[in-house]
Amino acid sequence: MSDSRQRQGDVLVIGGGIHGLSTAFHLAQRGVKVTVLEADYCGRHASGVNAGGVRTLGRHTPEIPLALSSRQLWHEMKGVLGDDGGFVPSGQLKLAESLAELEECRQRVAQLQALGFSHEVLIDQQQVFEIIPTVARHVVGGIWVKDDGFAVPYKTVTAFRLAAQKLGVLVHETTPAQRIEQTDSQWRVTTARGVYTAEHLVVTAGAWAGELAAQIGEPVPVHPEGLMLMVTHRVAPFCAPVLGATGRSLSFKQFANGTVVIGGKLMGSLDFPARHGEVDMTRLGTSARTVTDLFPHLKNLGVNRVWAGVEAFTADDLPVIGASRKASNLSYSFGFCGSGFQMGPGTGKRLAQQILGEHSDISLDAFAVDRFEKAALLTPLSALKTATSIPHH
Amino acid sequence: MNLETVDVVVIGAGAAGMSAAAELARLGLQVVLLDEQGSPGGQIYRGITLAPLSRRDMLGPDYAHGNQLAQALASSSVRYEKGAAVWQVTRDHQVSYLREGRLHTLQAKAVLLATGAMERPFPISGWTLPGVMSAGAAQILLKSAGLAPNEPVVLAGCGPLLYLLGWQYLRAGVPIKALVDTTRPEDYWRARRHLFAALRAWPYLRKGLELMRSLRSAGIAHYTGAEHLAVEGDEAATALTFTAAGKTQQVATRCVLLHQGVVPNIQFSQSLRARHEWDADQLCFSPVVDPWGELDVPGVYVAGDGAGIGGALAAAVQGQLAALGIASRLGSINTAQRDHQAEPLRAKLESNLRIRPFLDALYQPKEENRIPADDVMVCRCEEVTAGDLRGFVALGCAGPNQAKSFGRCGMGPCQGRLCGLTVTEVIAKARGVSASEVGYYRIRPPIKPITLGELAGE
Repeated sequence: MSDSRQRQGDVLVIGGGIHGLSTAFHLAQRGVKVTVLEADYCGRHASGVNAGGVRTLGRHTPEIPLALSSRQLWHEMKGVLGDDGGFVPSGQLKLAESLAELEECRQRVAQLQALGFSHEVLIDQQQVFEIIPTVARHVVGGIWVKDDGFAVPYKTVTAFRLAAQKLGVLVHETTPAQRIEQTDSQWRVTTARGVYTAEHLVVTAGAWAGELAAQIGEPVPVHPEGLMLMVTHRVAPFCAPVLGATGRSLSFKQFANGTVVIGGKLMGSLDFPARHGEVDMTRLGTSARTVTDLFPHLKNLGVNRVWAGVEAFTADDLPVIGASRKASNLSYSFGFCGSGFQMGPGTGKRLAQQILGEHSDISLDAFAVDRFEKAALLTPLSALKTATSIPHH
Repeated sequence: MNLETVDVVVIGAGAAGMSAAAELARLGLQVVLLDEQGSPGGQIYRGITLAPLSRRDMLGPDYAHGNQLAQALASSSVRYEKGAAVWQVTRDHQVSYLREGRLHTLQAKAVLLATGAMERPFPISGWTLPGVMSAGAAQILLKSAGLAPNEPVVLAGCGPLLYLLGWQYLRAGVPIKALVDTTRPEDYWRARRHLFAALRAWPYLRKGLELMRSLRSAGIAHYTGAEHLAVEGDEAATALTFTAAGKTQQVATRCVLLHQGVVPNIQFSQSLRARHEWDADQLCFSPVVDPWGELDVPGVYVAGDGAGIGGALAAAVQGQLAALGIASRLGSINTAQRDHQAEPLRAKLESNLRIRPFLDALYQPKEENRIPADDVMVCRCEEVTAGDLRGFVALGCAGPNQAKSFGRCGMGPCQGRLCGLTVTEVIAKARGVSASEVGYYRIRPPIKPITLGELAGE
C-alpha cells in the first residue's frame, strides 16, 4: 500500500466513536496502518454518552446475526482489549404490563423461533418477580435475554481507543473533517489541522456522516436527533437486569454504584450547528412516570442529571454499513438510530473483514447505502416524508 | 404547553436580585423573584427580615444594611416566591422551578440570574473529615439559626469572610483557638500596587483593619504565611498541622473552618452555554457580559457576584444597572433614559469595586491549596483524587468533561460545584496548558435536585 509519510496511512477513519475505533482496532489487528480523525474528543457524542445497553433483545430481524456476533465479542472483551468496558452480563428483560402486551411478546418470540433465533425467551409473571422482586405487581410477564447486559459507554470507547493505539493506530482528536475527495486512488481528507490521505476511507461519523456521504454524491436519508437520558442519585440495589417495557418507551438500569439510568429513545431538541443535544423536561416527565409506575418506591429518588447525545437516524431505522456504491475504497458505518452501542464490537470487526476482502457468513445486504434509492423507485414520493435531509452547518 | 407569561424572572433574592427586582418594578415591569430560601437576603443578608435584633447586632452593621434592600422589595409590586428551587433556565427564557413539591414553568421576556457566589474549594489533606467545614457554611448556621460550634475552633485560609466570621464569633462568644492565615509578606508586596485605589475605598479598608485589630486584641493566636496545611485525624478532625515561620505547628481542634475566597456561581450561565472566560486575577471562570450584564444569550442577564466577585454593595448596583438594561430591552424606557439613569450608578459601582484589585491580589489563594497532591480528594461525591485525575490525563483526558467519563469526577449530587475549579486547574497543570484552554464542566439540569415523583407530576 502507501508509503509512510506522516499523514499517510492505509486507512483513514473519520469519527472516533465506538464504530470508528472498533473498525480501526480490528484493522490494526490484521496489520493495517490506520489513522482516526475525531472532530471533538473520542466518544463525545452517541458512543460515549448513551445508556450503555448491551442489547440483542427486540432488534430488527436483519440486525440480529450481527448483534449476536457482537454480543460474543462483548463477552470476550476483557481478553481481547484488556478491559471489559464495564460490561455486566446482567440479562435484559422487556416487561409486559397487560395480557395484550404479553400476547405481543409471545408472537414476537414465536416469530423469532420460526426464523431460527432462540435468544429471546418468553417468561411468565412468576419468573419476572423472581428476577426483579421489587417490580410493581401489575406486570404479567415478559421477554428475557439472559446473555445481554450493560456496559459503561465511555470506558468501552476508551478501551477500544487504547487497544487500537497500542497496535499503532494514530488518533487525532479535535480534528474535524471538512472535505473528503478521491484523487488518483487516494482519499484526501481536509481538516482544520491539515490534509490527511490514505488509500481507503471509512466514515463512522454518526450524526455528521450523512453530510460527508453527500459530498461525494451519495446522499442518505439520515437526520440527527438529540436522545435524552437521566440518571438518579444512588439507591440501594433493587434491580439487576436492564429493563424495557412493551407498551411504552423505557430503558432502565441500575449501575453497581446505585445510580439508575433512565432512557428509551426519548427525543430532546437539537442545536446541531453547536453539536449540542438539549433536554426537554416535559418529555422526561412521561418517562419518570413509567418508572414510578413500575417501581413506586422510587418516587422520592432524586434526579441527579439529565443530558442528551447527538445520534443519526435513518428513514428505515436500520444503520448504513458497508461499501460505498459510488466511490471505490470507501466504507460506511453510521446511522444506528440509537441502538448502535451494542453493535460496535461486531460491526467494526465485520467492516474490517469486508475492507480486507475476508469472508464472513454475516450479510450486510440489509444495510446497503443505496437501499433507500432502490426503495424510492418502488415507493410513491409522498411516503418518503420521514426522510429528512441533514442540515448543513 | 400553556405557560404563564411574565416580563422578567429574577433568580435569587440576594443583594443583586432584591435590588434588581425592586428597580424593574419601579420601571413598570411585571417581575417574579424566585428564591430558594424562606426569606429574602441571599447569602450576605441571609435571614435579614427574620433575624432577631440581638443577632443583627452580633453580625454587625454591614449585615443590617441588607434591611434597606429587603424593605424596598417588600414595598414593591414584585411577586416574590420563596422556597422556589429553580432547576432549569432555557435559552428561550423558560424558567422551571420546584415549589412545595410541584413543578412550575414561567415564560419570561427576559431572565436575570442573580445567583451570587460559591465558596472556592479548599482541597487539602483531610478536608473531607468530619469536623471540617467551610467558613461560609459556619456563617450560614450563625445567620439562619444562631448556631455556632461549642468548642474551640481553628479558622484557616485567607479572605475577608474568614476574618469577618472570626469577628462575629468573638461577638457571639465562640472560642477561637487560632487563626491560621495563608497570607504571606510577599502578598502584601504584590497587592501594594493596588493600594492607592484601595485607599480611595477607605471605608472598606478601615473595616478590614478593624476586624483584624479586634481579632488580634482578643489575644487569638495568629499565624501568618502558613503553608502545608493538613487536617489530622482518622475518623474525624483532631488537629490542623502547618508550617509557619519555618516551624511545624500542630493545633489540636475538633473543628476546622476553611476558607480561601468566593467565586462566581456559574451553574446557570454554564448550563445556558454562555461564553465564559478565565479571570486570571480571581482565578475562576466568569461569564462574559455587556455593560448591562447581558450574556451572549440574548435576554439573559447576570448581576452581582455571579458575573465576577465584587461584593454585596457592588452587587446591588449591578442589579439596578441590569434592571435598566432589561427595561430598555423590553421597551419600558428608551436607551437615552437608560443611559441617563445609569450614569450615577456607574460612578457608584466604580467606587464600590475600587477595593477589589487590592483584595484579589492580597488574598489570592495559594497554588498548593488549589492544586493538591496526588492523595488529596478532589471530587468528594465520587471520591476522585488529584492523583486519579493525573492518571486520566496520562490516558488522554484533556478536560473536565472527559474526566467525568473517565472516572465519574463531578457527576455526583453537588454537580461539580465543589470540585469544578480544582479539576480545571489540576488538569491544566498536568497538561502544561492554561485553565482557559482546559475549560469547565458542561452543566446539565436539574440545577437543583428534583425527584422522579416530582418530575412525573405525582
